[in-house]
Amino acid sequence: MNFTPLFKPNTMAVAGVSLSNERHPANVIYNKIHLRYSVKVYPVNPRGGAFQRDRVYRGMEEIPGPVDLAVIAVRADLVPETLAQCIRKGVGGAVIISGGFAEIGRMDLQDRITAMAREADFPFIGPNCLGIYSPGHFDTFFLPGERLVRPNPGHVGFVSQSGGVLVDQMVKFTEQGLGLSLAVSIGNKALIRETDLLRHLAADPDTKVMAFYVEGFGRNEGRVFVELAAAVPKPVVVLKAGKTAEGSRAVSSHTASLAGDYKVFSDVLAQHGIVEARNEFELTCFCESLSHYPRGIEGNVAVITVSGGHGALATDICADLGLRVPPLSEAVKQEIRAGLSPNVCNIASLENPVDLTGSAVDEDFAAAVNVLSRAPEVDSVLLLLLPYSPGISSDLGARLSYVHQQNGKPLVAYVPHVEKYRILIEGFELNRVPVASSIDGAVFMVEAMRRCRPC
Amino acid sequence: MLTAGTADIIEAARKDGWVLEPEAFRLLQSAGVPVPRFAWARSRPEALAAAETLGYPVVAKVVSPQILHKSEVQGVAPGILDAERLGNTYERFSRLPGFEGIVVAEMLSGHELIIGAKNDFQFGPVILLGIGGTAVEIYKDTVTRMAPLKARDVEAMLGCLRGHRLLTGHRGVAGVNVPKLTEMMLRFADLVMALGERIDSIDLNPVFCSPQRCAAADARIMLPR
Repeated sequence: MNFTPLFKPNTMAVAGVSLSNERHPANVIYNKIHLRYSVKVYPVNPRGGAFQRDRVYRGMEEIPGPVDLAVIAVRADLVPETLAQCIRKGVGGAVIISGGFAEIGRMDLQDRITAMAREADFPFIGPNCLGIYSPGHFDTFFLPGERLVRPNPGHVGFVSQSGGVLVDQMVKFTEQGLGLSLAVSIGNKALIRETDLLRHLAADPDTKVMAFYVEGFGRNEGRVFVELAAAVPKPVVVLKAGKTAEGSRAVSSHTASLAGDYKVFSDVLAQHGIVEARNEFELTCFCESLSHYPRGIEGNVAVITVSGGHGALATDICADLGLRVPPLSEAVKQEIRAGLSPNVCNIASLENPVDLTGSAVDEDFAAAVNVLSRAPEVDSVLLLLLPYSPGISSDLGARLSYVHQQNGKPLVAYVPHVEKYRILIEGFELNRVPVASSIDGAVFMVEAMRRCRPC
Repeated sequence: MLTAGTADIIEAARKDGWVLEPEAFRLLQSAGVPVPRFAWARSRPEALAAAETLGYPVVAKVVSPQILHKSEVQGVAPGILDAERLGNTYERFSRLPGFEGIVVAEMLSGHELIIGAKNDFQFGPVILLGIGGTAVEIYKDTVTRMAPLKARDVEAMLGCLRGHRLLTGHRGVAGVNVPKLTEMMLRFADLVMALGERIDSIDLNPVFCSPQRCAAADARIMLPR
C-alpha cells in the first residue's frame, strides 16, 4: 500500500461537514485545514449547498480534481458508502474518525469496510481514531487547534492506539522541547496497524526514534513487530498499557501463570533491544535521549556535579536502575585535575561522582567533560548543572556541547527549567545535547541508551 | 522436525489433555533434553528390578491420567533406600485413582530451576527460565524469551535472574554447569518450536542443575483444550 497520500496530502476532502452544527467533528477538521494549513480541502455532505461561502460537494465523485486524503466523519452506518465513493473516485487514502465499530461490538461493520479497502488496495487509518498529526503540514484531529499543545516538527514518530494518550503526550513532548516527525492515532487499527507504521517510519528520513503506545497485539502480531523492530537501526520505544491484567486466569501450569501476558511482553521487548517505557515520564525522557543518541551503551556513567547531594541522589537512581557509576582511574583523575582552575584544583573531589564544588567556573566543567568524554571506563557523561553561582556563564551550555561533539560520547545535562536559565538550556539543546528538568529525568535519559541494547 | 514417535506420544495424550510423565520423559529424551535415568514399572516386580538397575536411592512417582498434581496426593516418594520401602510405596500408589504404574528414577541433586514454555497469544512460542522448586510462584524469579533461542539469549536470561549469583557459585556452594544448561535450553527451545501449536505449555520443574549435569526431574506437558 502507498502511504504517501495519507501522510503527505496536497488535497483533502472532509466527509460529514454539517451545515447546521458548527461543533461537528467534521467541521472542526475542515475549518482547521481550510484556515491554517496550506492543503486544499473540500467539504462533503450529501445535501450539498454552501459552507462558509465554499461549495459543499454532494459526494467524493463530484469534487473536480484529485483527492489525496479523505477524512471520514459520518455516522458508522454511512461509512461503507463513503468509503466506496473514495475508492471509485481514486482517492489516495482515508482517515476514518467515526466510532461505532468493533469498540461497541459492531465487528461485522468493521470487517466489511476492511474487506472493501483490502480488495481495492486502499489504505485507511482507524476507525474510531483521531488520525494524523503532521507538524506544520496538517492534522485530522477533531480538536480545535487552539486547545491543542502542538509540538514542533522534529524527529520522533509516535503511533498510539489511544487518541487521548497521543494528545496528552504531545503536551509532555512540547514541555520537553521534543519535536514530532509524525503522530498517528490508529484507534481500532482495522487495516493499518503498528507493524505497518513501524515499516513506514523506519523508512521515513525525518524520523529518528519510533514510539508506540500499545494496548495489545493480535495473534502472533507481537512476534512480527519485535522481529521487525530488532532489524531496524532506529530505536523503538514502547509504552504498554494493561500491565496488571495477568494472573487472574486459572491456569494449570507454572509457566502459564509466571509468564503472564505482560511479563512476556516486557521480557521479549528487552530481548530485542526495544526500549520499554513504564510510564509517560520515561517515554518522554527516552524519546528525547534516543533522538540524539540512537545507539545502546553498557551503562557506565560519569557523573559531574557541583553539589555532593546531587551527585549522591543521581548515583542512587543509577544504582536502582542497574547503571554503574564506576571509579575513575588515576590517569583520568590526574588529567582532570591538571585542567582545573587554581581555586577548584585543591577542593574538587575526583572520585565518581566528580564534584567540582560550588566554586567551579566554566573552565572546570570544560576540563572535566573533555577528559571524561575520552575516558575508557565510562560510556556516558551525566552533568548536573546548578547555575546559581556566578562562576557559571550563560555560554556554558553551548561550550560543553562543542566539547561533547568532538569526542562523541553521549552527554546528558540536568539544568533547572526556569525561564532565566533558558539561554543555558538552549545552548545545550540547540547543539544537540539533551537537557532534563529533573535529576531522575537526566538519569532516565542515560538509562534509555542502556535499554536500547538487546538483553 | 518432529519425530514420528513424538507425534504419536502427543496424539495418544490428547484424550487426557496432558502427557503422562514417563511419556513426557521419552519425548524430551528423543529431542536431546536430558532427563534422569528412569523406568515405567507396571508391577511391583518390575519396579524392584528397575531400582536394582538404577541403584538406590531412587525416587518413585505415581503414573495416573487422573493425577496431574502428584505431590497433592502424596504421589511422589523421593529418597527410597531399599526394596522393602519401594515395595510399600508401590502398594500405596496402586490405591490412587487411575493408577497406571509408577516411575522409578535415579535421584538428582543440584540447584532447582524451572524451564518452561508456552504458546503466547501475541508472541507465539516463548521459553521461561527461573529459580525452580515448589516455591517458584512465591519468588517469581523468572525471565522469558521468545523462541527459538540463541546461546547469547540463554546467557542474558541467566544474567537477568535476581538469583543468578546462586547459579554461578556463592559462599562455598557450587554453581551450575552453564554450558550444559545452555545446551539443554537450546534443545528444549528447538523442541518447543517443532511442537508449535500442538502444545499449550510445558513445565520442567524442578530441573536439577549441578556443576556436572542438568536434567529435568519432573515434566508436565499440557495440550491445547
